[in-house]
Amino acid sequence: MIAGKVWKFGDNINTDLMLPGNLLLAPEVEQKKAVFQANRPGWVDAVRPGDIIAGGLNYGMGSSRPAARSLRNCGVAALVAESINGLFFRNAVNFGLLALECPGVHAAFAEGQTLEISLDAFTVRNRETGRALKALPVPAMLLDLMRNGGLYPYLEKQGLIAPLGVA
Amino acid sequence: MGMTIVEKIFARASGQSRVAPGDLVVVDVDCAVMLDMSFHKTARREILKVHDPDKVVIVYDHMVPAPDKDTAEAHSAGREFARKFGIRRLHDVGPDQGISHAVVADRAYALPGSVLVCSDSHTCASGAFNCAARGIGAPDLLAAVTTGKTWYRVGKTIRYDFHGSLQPGVSAKDLFLHLAGTWGHHTNQNVEFGGPGLAGLSIDQRRTVAAMGAELSAEFATFECDDRLIEYVKARNAAPFTPQAPDADADYAERRTVDLGALQPLVALPDAVIRNSVPVDNVAGEKIDQAFIGSCANGTLEDLAEAARVVKGRKVAAGVRLLVTPATQATYAAALKAGYVETLVEAGAVVTSATCGACFGGHMGVLGPGETCITASTRNFKGRMGDPTARIFMASPATVAASAIAGHITGAER
Repeated sequence: MIAGKVWKFGDNINTDLMLPGNLLLAPEVEQKKAVFQANRPGWVDAVRPGDIIAGGLNYGMGSSRPAARSLRNCGVAALVAESINGLFFRNAVNFGLLALECPGVHAAFAEGQTLEISLDAFTVRNRETGRALKALPVPAMLLDLMRNGGLYPYLEKQGLIAPLGVA
Repeated sequence: MGMTIVEKIFARASGQSRVAPGDLVVVDVDCAVMLDMSFHKTARREILKVHDPDKVVIVYDHMVPAPDKDTAEAHSAGREFARKFGIRRLHDVGPDQGISHAVVADRAYALPGSVLVCSDSHTCASGAFNCAARGIGAPDLLAAVTTGKTWYRVGKTIRYDFHGSLQPGVSAKDLFLHLAGTWGHHTNQNVEFGGPGLAGLSIDQRRTVAAMGAELSAEFATFECDDRLIEYVKARNAAPFTPQAPDADADYAERRTVDLGALQPLVALPDAVIRNSVPVDNVAGEKIDQAFIGSCANGTLEDLAEAARVVKGRKVAAGVRLLVTPATQATYAAALKAGYVETLVEAGAVVTSATCGACFGGHMGVLGPGETCITASTRNFKGRMGDPTARIFMASPATVAASAIAGHITGAER
């Protein structure tokens, strides 16, 4: 089971809020310092490894930029949102961020409460209130990538791209 | 139940007789488009194998001509990659270069009925070509280039049927602002466009609407094929293709009708386009510092023609910057021949070379703190075009051009 403290965000949180355009080509360590800088300054200093984001509708709309990687680099253990933009979801798979769609999650949690995830049954539970919700199942092939570091390690193992530092 | 356009394309490309919402499909990729950004040293990975060099296209668009030495190095790395693997379609800085989705249109690389991917969210622009095209992540793109395949979760489809025709002075951008303002986001859904009004929409207009499919948060934004499209493609690409039409009993989540003749010019207020459109008059008088016309959505020849029509014989207001970026160098050359560039420059506009530049806040038109911009491009997110305190209104090329002349937001004479 995965469990973490909840940070709440609303509807239509876009990629540029997580990874501003002026840092598109910056090192990852610089990119992660800018997450939610425009809409929630100071969040990157408050978030702790293992925390979970509870998002609203259309989470991650926008660009193909690796915003999911920035959340992962901030230590976010999972994103659980009402709905997730398809391109952001792909990048969650690509960069190894656990991302689940779970109708009702936004209203079911107050910030700071503990969100528990069971991937066996795709259920989400509020530890404080006991309320349980069904998440939408993620196909096994995609869940495996999410849980094992994303697509690059897979492509390396297949001999399709060189491991970092070898090139 | 029958299948929608993208379901039929996925069925063909995954070797199945039937595909339905909820399926996870692994499909053959017909065209994988790489960008200059694919080779930037902070993002690139060394590729050891290319599945089929003839299915790969490389277009330099975000940072052209190279504005810094790291980008120049990325451009060199891309050239070396193309040479090493025998990739013939490299659109380097020069006459064949432009914003990737527009180059793909100019050359009709996006064939009707095919699957196309690119690591840019506005890849859905090629949906205008009856193509299952979408933006994917950089790792996804490497997977497509090296294995020839990618995956899709098949979403439900919303069908839009167009009726009537747009009034003069009402643009495809206004059609998009109407869709986003009325129906909001389409997360996890495909959108499909057709109906009796389709024939009256030019290929450039369809490209604008399809490009903005990303801003609806749609999975795919796909147009029906018609004679106009077939003629356009055949004039540019000799490769054979098989368009896909939706089945008569296609399984749509919803069918919506749009009366094109009833639409009026609209403006999206700053920071979002989802349910954020208002009539131009609601914000008329809002003072602006910059006006921008360009991007994969609004850098077409028709967009430049419309901007030139509006500013002809007039001058951009003092204190306002009007920046115009043709989507490709070929479009630039055509606009030059047609006299649009001369008209724009005489009015005081700065016409740049083809790049994603100002649209993504990269270069050639970045906004400073507290500035106000009206843009005919793809996005108005907070901070999108530069400083996060800048305000970005979004509208059609005609509205943007008229606003640049007035010095404040206003509608164009029609």
